[in-house]
Amino acid sequence: MNVDVPLVTDATTTRLTVITPDRGWFDWRLGQLWRYRDLVGLFVWRDFVSIYKQTILGPAWHIVRPLITTLVFVLVFGQMAGLSTDGAPQFLFYMTGNIAWTYFSSCLDSTSKTFVTNAPLLGKVYFHRLAIPVSVVLSNLIAFGIQLVILFVAMAAYVLTGTAVHLTSWALLTPVLVVMLAGYALGGGILVSAVTTRYRDLSHLVTFGLQLFMYLTPVIYPMSAVPPRLRWAMTLNPLTPVFEGFRFGLLGVGTVNAGQLTMSAVVMAALLLGGVMLFTRVDRTFMDTV
Amino acid sequence: MAPVISVERLSKVYRLGLIGGGTLTDDLSRWWAKVRNKPDPLTKIGQEQSTTGRGGTFLALSDVSFDVEQGQVLGIVGRNGAGKSTLLKILSQITGPTRGRVSIRGRVASLLEVGTGFHAELSGRENIFLNGAILGMTKAEIRRKFDEIVDFSGIEPFIDTPVKRYSSGMYVRLAFAVAAHLEPEILIVDEVLAVGDAAFQKKCLGQMERTAKGGRTVLFVSHNSQAVTALCTRAILLEHGQLVEAGSPRTIIDHYLRTVQASAERMVDRTWRSADEAPGNDHIRVRRIAIVPAEGGAQNGVDMETPFRVEVEYWNLAPGARIIVNLAFYAFDGSPAFETFSLGEHRWDGVARPAGLFRSVCCVPANLMNQGEYRIRVVFLDPDAVTLFDLHDGAVLTVHNRGDAKMPWFGRFIGHLHPRLAWSTELIHRGHPVDRVSAGVGDALLEAL
Repeated sequence: MNVDVPLVTDATTTRLTVITPDRGWFDWRLGQLWRYRDLVGLFVWRDFVSIYKQTILGPAWHIVRPLITTLVFVLVFGQMAGLSTDGAPQFLFYMTGNIAWTYFSSCLDSTSKTFVTNAPLLGKVYFHRLAIPVSVVLSNLIAFGIQLVILFVAMAAYVLTGTAVHLTSWALLTPVLVVMLAGYALGGGILVSAVTTRYRDLSHLVTFGLQLFMYLTPVIYPMSAVPPRLRWAMTLNPLTPVFEGFRFGLLGVGTVNAGQLTMSAVVMAALLLGGVMLFTRVDRTFMDTV
Repeated sequence: MAPVISVERLSKVYRLGLIGGGTLTDDLSRWWAKVRNKPDPLTKIGQEQSTTGRGGTFLALSDVSFDVEQGQVLGIVGRNGAGKSTLLKILSQITGPTRGRVSIRGRVASLLEVGTGFHAELSGRENIFLNGAILGMTKAEIRRKFDEIVDFSGIEPFIDTPVKRYSSGMYVRLAFAVAAHLEPEILIVDEVLAVGDAAFQKKCLGQMERTAKGGRTVLFVSHNSQAVTALCTRAILLEHGQLVEAGSPRTIIDHYLRTVQASAERMVDRTWRSADEAPGNDHIRVRRIAIVPAEGGAQNGVDMETPFRVEVEYWNLAPGARIIVNLAFYAFDGSPAFETFSLGEHRWDGVARPAGLFRSVCCVPANLMNQGEYRIRVVFLDPDAVTLFDLHDGAVLTVHNRGDAKMPWFGRFIGHLHPRLAWSTELIHRGHPVDRVSAGVGDALLEAL
C-alpha cells in the first residue's frame, strides 16, 4: 500500500488554515472553492446520474417532462383560456417560457434546501459549502441544455413546415440570460438556505411562493398582454426582462430593452452578493442550529 | 519548528432549547424585549443568567489550548460529552468556535465517519470517486490510486454493483479502502473507525500508525485505552469541556480511568431519598436501583466472571396493580444487548399488589455479558404490556475484563454477550486423512475376509 509518500514541507505548499469565531462578511474563500472543483464536478455528475438510475427512460425524462408540460400549457392556456402569445406559435412560446422557468425554479428550490438536505454530509466532513449549490445550478444546466436542443429541434420543425420563426440578434444574448437565471436562482437559493437554518418557515414559503411567482412572471403570457395600468407592477419583477428577452431572441416576440435588462443584471448581482455574504456567515455555525 | 496545529483558548457555546424552535416570532419578541431593556421573554423562569453563560447555553469547550507537533499521534481522551467531538468538529471546520483561534499547517483530512457521502444508487466504482472527492482528493489522485483502493477493499467482483446491494461488511470495507488512501498531512480520526471486527480494527489502527510514521500528524479520539497507549505518542484529557491534563498516553489513560470509575460508582447504586426527586408518576415511584456483585463490594464494578444482581426498589401507588418489571440492557453505542422480564417470578407475578414498597431483583449469571459499559433501562409494565413508567437511564453497568483469555487485538470480544458455553474436543483418529481412508478400506477388507 502506498501511503509512505514523503511529506512535502516546503513553505510554498504547506497550507495554513486559521479558524476563528468570526468570519468577515467578505471572507468567501473562492480560491478554496476552486480547489474543490473536482468535487463540484462529481456532485454535478452524481445529481445527473443518480436520479435516473433504475428508470426505463433515463435521461430521456429531461425531454419527456417539458414536452408534456408544454402540451398541457398549450391546451390549457393557449386553447382553453386563449391567452395571447404575441403571434408566436403557441408550442414554441410555452416551451421557451417553460424550460427557462423550470431551470430557474428547480435551481432555486434545491439550492434553498442546501443546508437542510445535506446536513448529514455537512456534519461529517468539510469542503467549501458553496460546492453544493454551485453544483446544483450546474447539473440543472445540463438538463436545461438538453431541453434547449429540443426547443431548437422544434423551431426547425416549424421552419421546415413553413411557419416563420423570427430569430433576432437578441438570441446571441441567450447565454447571458441563462447566466442571469442561474445567478438569480443561486443568489436567492443560498440566501434562503442561510435563513432557513434558523427559520424553517421560509422553506415552506419558497415551495409555494415559487408556484405563485410563476404567474407574476411572463412565463405563460407575454408582457404585451398585461393591461397598461398594471405594467409598472410587472416591471418591478426583475425576472420580467430576462423572460421577455429570452423569448424576444428566439421567437422575436417580447417587450424588453437593454436598460431593463441591465437593471435586472444589477439586481441579480446584488442578490448574489447578499446571498454569498449571508451564506458564508452561516455555514460555520449552521450545524449547531439545523 | 512551528507546531502543525496550534489551538489557543478555544471555547464553544451551544444555545440550548433553540434548536429546531427557531421561528421568526420568537426572535422578534426576543429582539423587541432587548430593545425595551426587558428580560428575554423566552428564558425560563429560574434559569441561570450569569456564570457559565446566559440561560439556555451549554459550554461544550472552555478555554482549551494545546499544540501538536509534526509526526505526533495525539490521543484525545474523555468521557461522552467531555467535548471531544466538538473539538474534532472545530478542527475539521464543520462548525466554528465561539471564542479562540486555531491555526493548522497542512492539508487536513478528517474521518469522523466511514463512507460519508456514499450514494446508494451509485456503483462501488462511482462511489470511490465521489467519496474520495468529498474527503478532499482530486480526481487525478483518485484515478491514480483507484486500483490500489479496489485491491485493498477486496470487493473487485462487485465494483460495478450499486452499493445499496452491498452487505454492510462490504460497504465498510470499500469505504475504509477509500479513507485509507488519503494522503493528508494531518489526519483527524474519530473512534467510529475503531468499531467493527478485530481485523477491521487492526487495519484501521495499523493504517494510522503508518500514517504517523510517514511524518504525518494524527489526532485520534478514543475510549479504547489500549489503543491510545499503543498508538499515541501524546494524549490530552478533556473533562466537561476543559483540558484537564496533557502528557504521556500512559499518564492520561490512568487519570481517565480513575475519573470513569468515580462517576460509574454514582450510577451503580442510586437511591432517591425524597419522593419528590424520585423518578416516577402516579403509578410507580422508583426508590433505588443498584447493581450488586455477588462477591460483595461494588467498588470496582463487575467482572465478566462475576454474577451480579440488579435490584430495583419502587413504590406501587396504585392498589390492585399487576406489575411486570422489565430491564433492558443497552450498549454504549445505544444498540440493545438484551432485555429480561419479571414474568414467572413466583411471588408477585400476575398478582394484584397493594400500595407499598417493593423490591424486584434480577440475577445475572457470571460469564454472560461481554466487557463494556451498559445502560440499564427500567420499564414497569402492566400485564397488557402497557407502560406504567419508563426510566431510560436506570443505571450504568460497567463490566470489566480482568480475565486471562484475551483477544489478540486490543482485547474486546465482539458482541454484547460473551457466554461461556460447553465445548469439548476429542481425538477421533490419529494420523493423516489419507491414512484414514486406507485404514477404512483395510478394515473393510479385513471384515470381508
